[in-house]
Amino acid sequence: MTAVRTGPGMLDVAFRWNGSEIRCRAGETVAVALLCAGRLDLRRSPRAGSPRGAFCMMGVCQECLVRVDGVLRQACLTPAEDGMCIESVGSEAGT
Amino acid sequence: MTGEASPLAVDVAVLGAGPAGTGAAIAAAAAGRSVLLIDEAPAAGGQIYRKLPDALALARHDAGDTDPDRRAGDTLRRELDESRVRTAFGWRVWSVIRSERGFRLDAIGPGGAHAVEATVLLIATGAIERVVPFPGWTTPGVFGLAAATPMLKSQRISPGKRVVVAGAGPLLAAVAAGVVKAGAEVAAVVDVNGPANWLAAAPALGLRPRLAAQGAGWVLRLLRARVPFHFRATAVRALGDRRLEAVEVAPVDGGARSRPHTAAMTIDCDALCIGHGLAPATELPRLLRAECVFDRARGGWRPDVDGFGRTSVAGLYVAGDGAGILGGQAALIAGRTVGAAIAADLRGTVPVVRASWTGWQARRFGAAMTALTATRSAVAAAMPAETIVCRCEDVTRGEIDAGYDAGARELNQLKHFTRCGMGPCQGRSCGEAAAELLALRLVADGVVPDVDAGRRRAGQWTGRTPLRPVPLSALVGEFSYDDIPVPEPAPL
Repeated sequence: MTAVRTGPGMLDVAFRWNGSEIRCRAGETVAVALLCAGRLDLRRSPRAGSPRGAFCMMGVCQECLVRVDGVLRQACLTPAEDGMCIESVGSEAGT
Repeated sequence: MTGEASPLAVDVAVLGAGPAGTGAAIAAAAAGRSVLLIDEAPAAGGQIYRKLPDALALARHDAGDTDPDRRAGDTLRRELDESRVRTAFGWRVWSVIRSERGFRLDAIGPGGAHAVEATVLLIATGAIERVVPFPGWTTPGVFGLAAATPMLKSQRISPGKRVVVAGAGPLLAAVAAGVVKAGAEVAAVVDVNGPANWLAAAPALGLRPRLAAQGAGWVLRLLRARVPFHFRATAVRALGDRRLEAVEVAPVDGGARSRPHTAAMTIDCDALCIGHGLAPATELPRLLRAECVFDRARGGWRPDVDGFGRTSVAGLYVAGDGAGILGGQAALIAGRTVGAAIAADLRGTVPVVRASWTGWQARRFGAAMTALTATRSAVAAAMPAETIVCRCEDVTRGEIDAGYDAGARELNQLKHFTRCGMGPCQGRSCGEAAAELLALRLVADGVVPDVDAGRRRAGQWTGRTPLRPVPLSALVGEFSYDDIPVPEPAPL
């Protein structure tokens, strides 16, 4: 089970998430694209090591922090672009 | 170093391009002032009137777009385009300090570091959502209630296939109806209020018939879809290891006359959207040491402003939800008033007070809606000890109580004792809950007479730069070590 897209729109943007290809519509944020691909588990919390994913969707909570082409970004504020190489912060999460 | 190119000088800098900030910027520019409107987002509108990305808008086949918020946003953006307001979108302001001219702002934006010098600063940064923590709320698939708005409206997705919508206030119905409209299932609407609370708010609904009709439309859509409503109940646990699988719901302790409307139950779902109302975003008033008051009915701590948005700091104004939660319509009206007042103050004339029936109605309506979302201390009190309160640093309620036992009576002490609020969100997610927990302990120990007095005693986080995390590389930019001034060593 996962988030669902509404309305039309071709999945013509492709980026890589921890090595695998994710396709989404132009205009979608990285957080939304990952959500719709069923990738909810984006990182681990630093102290308890518990799984974390996007939460506030408006740039406040910092939970959806990912590495976009080597730079730390908030996935919910970052529009997905063709060819982006995105990785989870840390090693365990993001499968 | 940052901002070595001379800063952009303006009469008025407006921070936040939601309805309040945009309305104020247009009004101040119309009065002949140079205005810079700054926002992190790529377009004006704020969260309520957020613009659909062009690509997704072009993909839209529903030509008869009837979403009133989107139309209101488009109208406001058109008005902004036709004004003389200069805009700085995609800017993340990380520092604001007092300067000789008034205020100096430093931001990271497209093209790197930017600096602004402004005579007057208007803060219109709106609100942050309050979510009372519960075990499992950090599980992926649990979202804020306000988070559903950009997902449904500007990204055109439903957060899940089977969604539980929980919390307080009119946003519950808005989000649940949006999920149904998107073609997904709402497994339940879980409302901490009961029908009696809604009836108490009903008289105010008549003041804004269009908004009331919008609300009635949401409820109708939910009834037609046979969505179950659970009143006077809340989510007490999110289940699932690496993603949400179900939510436990239980009645809220309603005090003496509490006949539970809802039996405890477990609801299978793949997404939970939960929010308990909005709190004014006070980081900038705190940073600039403007006086704040605790006002539970208006969302909690808010800067103390007069009818023209003036704070206790000369040249610093606040408008919209950031001055106390009253909603989008009231924010736009307040923004226009404050923008005109700023222009008058800069001219040295007295701002005109215009009695506005619409403004009064919008404020009454907003106040009634905000009252439905005022923090229920009982919900916070019921939080089990293992609940993570501070998501960034994984600080639990048990650790906060231990911090109190060790002597922390005030929010900043608690931060030093436990690291609660010290993570990258800078206390925005946990501050409300942590303060409420401290206040409850202060009441239990008889230090203060009631929870509100406890909140005043617990205070707010001290405002600090950077206002948002920014990469050091973006601030430092290109430099040569030879250009760094080395001061003379102090004499021995």
